[in-house]
This record gives sequence, C-alpha cells and structure tokens, in this order.
Amino acid sequence: MKSGKLINNKFLKSGSGSFTTSVVAFLLAIVVGGILIELAGFSSIATYGAIFRGSLGSSRGLVLSLSQATPLLLTGLSFAIAFRVRIINTGAEGQVYIGAMAAALVGAYVNFLPGITHVAVAVLVGMIAGGLVGLFIGFLKIKFGASEVIVGIMLNEILILITAWLSTGPLMTPGSATAQTNPILETARLGRLVPRSQLTWALVLAVIIAVYLEWMIRKTTLGYEIQVIGSNLKAAKTAGINVPKIYLLTIFISGAIAGLGGAALSLGIHYRFIEGISTGFGFAGIPVAALAMYSPAGVVVSSFLFGALRAGAMTLNRTTSIPIEFVSVVQALVVVFVAAPMLIASIKKNLMRPFRGIKNKRESLKGGDA
Amino acid sequence: MDMLQMKNISKSFPGTKALDSVDFYLKEREILSLLGENGAGKTTLMKVLYGMLHPDTGEIYYKGEQVHLKSPLDAINKGICMVHQHFMLVPAFTVMDNIIVGNEPKSGLFVDEKKAREEVKALINRFNFNINPDTRVEKLSVGEQQRVEILKALYRKADVIILDEPTAVLTPHEVDSLFVILRKLKEEGKSIVIITHKLRETMAIADRINVLRDGKMIETDIDPKKATIHSLSEMMVGRQVALGIKRPAKNIGDVAFKVEHLKVIEDGVAKIKGIDFSIRKGEILGIAGIEGNGQTQLLESLTGLNNPESMKLTLKGKEIKGSADVFLRSGIGHIPEDRLTMGLATEMTIKDNLILGYHKSPSLQRNGILSKKKIRDYSNRCKEDFNIKTPTIDVKAKSLSGGNQQKIVIARTFSHDPEVIIAAHPTRGVDVGAMEYIHSKLLDLRDEGKAVLLISADLDEVRSLSDRILVLYEGRIVSESMPGELSEVQLGLLMTGNRIDEEVEDEIREID
Ligand SMILES: Nc1ncnc2c1ncn2[C@@H]1O[C@H](COP(=O)(O)OP(=O)(O)O)[C@@H](O)[C@H]1O
Ligand SMILES: [Mg+2]
Repeated sequence: MKSGKLINNKFLKSGSGSFTTSVVAFLLAIVVGGILIELAGFSSIATYGAIFRGSLGSSRGLVLSLSQATPLLLTGLSFAIAFRVRIINTGAEGQVYIGAMAAALVGAYVNFLPGITHVAVAVLVGMIAGGLVGLFIGFLKIKFGASEVIVGIMLNEILILITAWLSTGPLMTPGSATAQTNPILETARLGRLVPRSQLTWALVLAVIIAVYLEWMIRKTTLGYEIQVIGSNLKAAKTAGINVPKIYLLTIFISGAIAGLGGAALSLGIHYRFIEGISTGFGFAGIPVAALAMYSPAGVVVSSFLFGALRAGAMTLNRTTSIPIEFVSVVQALVVVFVAAPMLIASIKKNLMRPFRGIKNKRESLKGGDA
Repeated sequence: MDMLQMKNISKSFPGTKALDSVDFYLKEREILSLLGENGAGKTTLMKVLYGMLHPDTGEIYYKGEQVHLKSPLDAINKGICMVHQHFMLVPAFTVMDNIIVGNEPKSGLFVDEKKAREEVKALINRFNFNINPDTRVEKLSVGEQQRVEILKALYRKADVIILDEPTAVLTPHEVDSLFVILRKLKEEGKSIVIITHKLRETMAIADRINVLRDGKMIETDIDPKKATIHSLSEMMVGRQVALGIKRPAKNIGDVAFKVEHLKVIEDGVAKIKGIDFSIRKGEILGIAGIEGNGQTQLLESLTGLNNPESMKLTLKGKEIKGSADVFLRSGIGHIPEDRLTMGLATEMTIKDNLILGYHKSPSLQRNGILSKKKIRDYSNRCKEDFNIKTPTIDVKAKSLSGGNQQKIVIARTFSHDPEVIIAAHPTRGVDVGAMEYIHSKLLDLRDEGKAVLLISADLDEVRSLSDRILVLYEGRIVSESMPGELSEVQLGLLMTGNRIDEEVEDEIREID
C-alpha cells in the first residue's frame, strides 16, 4: 500500500540520506555475510580475521586497501555526482576505458612536454575524453529523451570494443603477444606515494575532487541548482533554473571523473593501455556511491571500506582455502541493503519515461516527472 | 449510541504538543466536520484514531469496547479507514489492483480475481463512481483518484471513513460530486469524518462540526444550521478575523504590464485563442474561470514556462522574451499554481526554499558562492515578516503545514520587489488565518503600486480582491467587468460558457 510512496519520499528525493542507514546496512551485510559463511561450513571469524589482517591489520595491507580504493573512489564519485541530478550514469565503465586509452596515447606519443606537464596533460586529456562521452549521453537524454541507463550501457560495449580493437590493431605494440599499446614515457607516469606499491598520486587527486564536489554542492549556486533539480525537477524549472545546462555540466563532470579513473589505471599502474584494463570499476562505483548516500565526502569513506574488502579478499585467497567469492557476497549484500531500494525505484522511473502516454509526454516536457 | 469515543487524548512531538487532552466522539450515520487551522492537530487526532500514531495518554472506545490500535491494519480490521491528504496509491497499478492490494480474496493460494472484480464493480455501480477498474491510476484525475481511495475503504468494509482535507485538491465541480457520494455513504449507514478548513463546505455537508485549535478541542457540538462563517472562523483562529476584506484600490496608475496576441497551442489543440489585456500599477486584475479553460497555459506564458504561438509581453514599456529566468529577473514574481509540485523542493530546508529562483541575486551570493550569513539573515527576516510558523529555518519544508509552505512561496516572491505578481491560487489549501494574511499582503503590495494578476478557482476570492475581473472561457476572454457589476450567478454563467442576456437575467432574479 505504501511501498511506492515510501521509496519515492525516503530514498529518491533525499540527496544524502542518513548516515546511520549506511552504517547499519554495512554492519548488516557483514553479519548476514558471516552467517552465510558459517552455513557454507567455514569459520566466519577466520574469514573476517584474514580479511582484516590483509586490509587494515598491517601497513602493507593499508597501502593495498588504499590503492584498491582509488579507482572505486573515482567511479563512486562519478556515479554520485550524476545521481544528485537523478541521472544514472551507467556509462562509467566505457568512460574509464576511453579515459585510460586517451591518457595512454598522450603518455606514449606526445614527447615534447617537459616534466610534470606531460603527466598533467595526459590526465587532463583522459578526463576530457570521459567527459565528452558523458556529454554525449546527456545530449541524447535532453534532445531525444533517451534513457541514459540504456545509452550508457550500450556505449560501454562500444567503447570497450573500440579500445580493444585499437590495442590489438592499429595501436598495438609491435611484436607484443598481448593486446596493449606502446608504453607511456617516464614523464607521463603518475608518481607513487609508497614505493613498490600501486598507490599513486591519483588517490590525492581523487580526494581533492571529492572535497571540492562536497563544497560545491553545499556552498555554491551551481550546487544549489543541482540539489533543487534532484529534489524537485518541476520546481527547478519553475524557478528558472536552466535544467539542460546543469544536466550537461553534471554529466560532463561525472564522465570526466570516470575518465580520470581510467587515466589512473593506464598512467599509474599499467603504464600503457591494455585490453580489459578495467575489471568493472565503472559498475563497482554504484554501490560505493549508494552506500555513501551520494555524498562526495561519504564516497571517500565508502570507497575505502570497499577497497579494504578487496584488499582483504586478496589475502584470503593467498592464506586460506576460504572461497574469495564470499567477499563479493558481502559487497552484494551492501547493495541489497542500501543501494537496491533507491536504485531500483530510480531506474524503473527512468525506463518508464519513454513509454508513458501522451498526457505524460507533455508533462515530461515541462518536467512533470519530478 | 456513539459509534466511537476518544477520551483525553494527548500527543506530543518534539517541540510541540499536537493534542492536549482532546475528547472526541462520532455517532452512527453522521457526517462530522473537523475544523481547524493548519497545525491545529486535526490530522494527528485522526491518525491516532487510525492507529498510525499512538497517543501519549487517552483511551479509544469503539462500538462500546475499549480498543488499542497498534497499526492502521488494526483499525482497518475494525472498520476504520482513512483517506490521506496525499493519496497512497501506486500510480502504475490499475484501479482494481490498488483496491485489492493487501486484501485479495484468495482461492487456495491464488488471488480470486473474478470475485474481487465483481465486488469492486458492484461497489462502483452502487455508488455511481463512474470509474473503469482497469485504468491505471496515473491516468486518473485527482478527483478520480480520491474516489479510488474511498472505494478502497468501502472494499475493506469500513464503517468509519476519515477524509483528510479531501476538497483541498478538487475543483468546485468535483467537490460537488464528492459531497453527493458522502451523503450516499451516510444513507448506507457509514459514519464520516471530514477534515477541512473551508467553512462554506463545512456548512454545506456537515451534520455536526468540531473545532480544534492549537491541539485543544474548542467545541464538539456545533450545529451547522446555527453557526455562521464568522463565528466558526473566530473559533478556529481564536480572535476576530476580517474575511472577504475589501479595500478598493486608491491610486491606480499607468499600464504596467501588457499582454498582446497571446495564443497557445498544445498537442495541436488551441488552449488560448488570442487574448489581450493589461494591468495597471496599483491594480489587481482577477481572472475567473473554471479550471481547464486555459489558466495553466496563461500562467505558463506569463512566467516564461512555455512557448506561445504568439505573444507580445511588455513590462513598463520594455518587451520581455526568453526563459523563465529572464521573466523572473525582469521583475515578474510568480506564485505557482501548485506549491508542492512547482513551488517548493520540500526535501530541502525552509532556508533553501526561500531563495529558490532568487539564489543568483547579488544580495545572496557572490561569484557563485552562496553567502551563508546573508541567506540566514534574509530567511529569518522572511520568517518574521511573513509569520512563518516554524522553530527554525533549517528544517525541511515538508515539515510545515500547507499554509506555512505557501507563506514561503509568498515571502520569497514578495521580498524581491517584483513589479508584477502573477498569483495563482495563492490561498489554495491554506487556513483562514493564513488566507487573511496573504490577502492583506496582496493588497498591501497593490497599494505600493505593483500590478497583480490573480487567478483563482475560488470565485469569492476573485470577487473580493480584484479591481477588475476577466472571465476566461475556452481560451478566450468572454467578459470584463468591475467588481460588483456582475453577481456571483452571472459570473458563474459566463464561466460555463453561457451568455447573460435579459431573459436569463430575469430567470436568475426569480431563482434568487
Ligand atoms: N510527525 C511529526 N513530527 C513532529 N511534529 C509533527 C508531526 N506531525 C505533526 N506535527 C506537528 O503537530 C502539530 C499538528 O499537526 P497536524 O495534526 O498535521 O495539523 P493539521 O492537520 O490540523 O494541520 C503541528 O504543529 C505539526 O507541526
Ligand atoms: Mg492536516
């Protein structure tokens, strides 16, 4: 009787829900995950112990957690910022790929930029590439009312295939056995924060971006407009807010941050583009953002939690016979407990839009679907 | 015998005592009107009766026995149903699904659709509801959705039906049909509580009136035949009120706002078929008309929210063109038709809502960074000046009553020194106190020399405030008159597309 209403009010409309909801959901996921582990005949204490040792229990684990968290932080931010205007950026994975490729190409072929400017330009180009993909999605949404969920997913396929083709074909390193582009120059490498780790300056950049976004949303007119659009689209239009402009700007920012995630992979870890460079980081950002209730500052925390789980999973794999899949189970449970209710409601709404009757077509032109 | 009694009910929320030792009773086969200003505690009292809220103290007796209602489900099982102010229907479901959900007749494990269908159809026929049970709820008008809610209650075999401000969302015509239904329900032996703050309606429908004020029951046995609008409103507000204030314009000046050749076509249908009018400084121009005759399109055109086929709009001699933003910045203030969907972001704070649309003004931000202190000062000033009843401006707008939400909209428009105000239903769904207040503010603004366009479904409002009245019918202006020149009946005829010639006038006199 109330389900529709409740979901709408409680989850969809609030930009940043309550902090306790997130904490409870996370703890609940840990507990239920533990029960499942026990039911499968393993020790939950041993499992969580191993995860803890591998993530937070040592300085090596901590570094590993942070480096695992970095791409999640970026794709989490990407999803979160778009969702603040209720755009569901399912295209992050493709944006990661294009960002990684663009940055790798600048890193490998642009050889006249001195010192730090090289890496800076490479990062920037990666971001712009991701941002342009975002812009394209936004354009289709505004111009033709296309669902960004579907467009995003289709673009993922296209971009992953195109970059794969580039790295196996025209841009493949001659003589290489695997699909990869030429290595980037030393000057294009993202510096490491800790030697012999995968922890790079990308993390610092990501945190700066998170802090900036949080400030922007709370304190600026742009952020204010983003909040109003997210909270009541029709009221935003009535108040003279230029909704298409804010949509485009937001989805561009969203795409650019995902693009940075890609650049961080090619410039910081692989030092080139390789086929399959992102293992689903684009989608992994969704539960990260959801757990943070779409608050950029919150994403810093939630991405660290997810990063730690991943780091712990690696130790689990090396030191015990407990199947690593349990970590995925715990992550999935987090999604079930926090992300699912609001996402499902939101996606349903998004997909329904094009199929509604004439009466609503007029409404949606006016922004009546708020 | 009393159908139910509530004794000594108290209920506190953090910071407010919503109900203070309230006694209440309901008889069989009666329509009881629960009157009170916004925030008086009407909804709270009824939610206690519906098991949605648990009282701090007090007892409830139903059909002679004390009951403890833990949840609405308890109440429903006992035969008490409530139709909320904001409907709780699932838009994507059909009428049928909405009615039977949670109460499906089963045959074995499966829903016995056929039986459900027959029952619902029988109900629809019995009460002449005129609804197709297979339409999806999102396709229905507000009035029809309300009937679905009532059907839901009937399907659950309710003996007591509580309606929370059912008329707030209805057009006058829909109100009439609702009342027909309510009377029929009474004949069938149901007891009905109708919450409202509209006095005329109360007098028209109620068998007995209760007045709540500030959480206290002021009077439980008012006979509508003996009450007057004045006595009721004084009981509600607790002081003398000026209703239907008339303050003729003193200094009407030059033309401030001029609309020419306005034509709007929507989905191939001409909604406005070429209208011209102007408003002078210091004048309130009222537009009377039944909703759906082009009001919405007129409002959209005058506030930059649509693209008319043709329109020339001049404000103090300067032509205005462009988006809603341009209109707003040129000094056209807008009190939107529907505050909840267009006027407010209710999940945001009062403060945030008070700057909506004006958030880019230099007095509130610099270089795109909102000035926290200035916004705080400004918001507190609005709260004081417009008497917005809230402990702080940092709570969400949805926590306010309708009247106070409307004060947010009014406050932000009036505080930004508009040249023209486009006011659509400025007092819809607000209580007498707030209505009096908003009316006097509108008149003040007019007396300062602003031009005001007033569109309202409430003919009394248009007649008492306007300095000139246009009647809009099927996208055309069919009459222009001075206040008092035409009677209510005559305006009503014009609004429904009739002409008033000699013959008809004679008939009217006879009817009068
Ligand atoms: N859930 C709640 N939490 C806090 N205060 C509430 C809540 N519901 C109502 N109130 C307060 O209780 C008072 C009575 O509210 P309500 O019963 O909704 O009034 P009415 O229906 O007569 O307009 C108001 O001051 C309102 O702000
Ligand atoms: Mg109420």
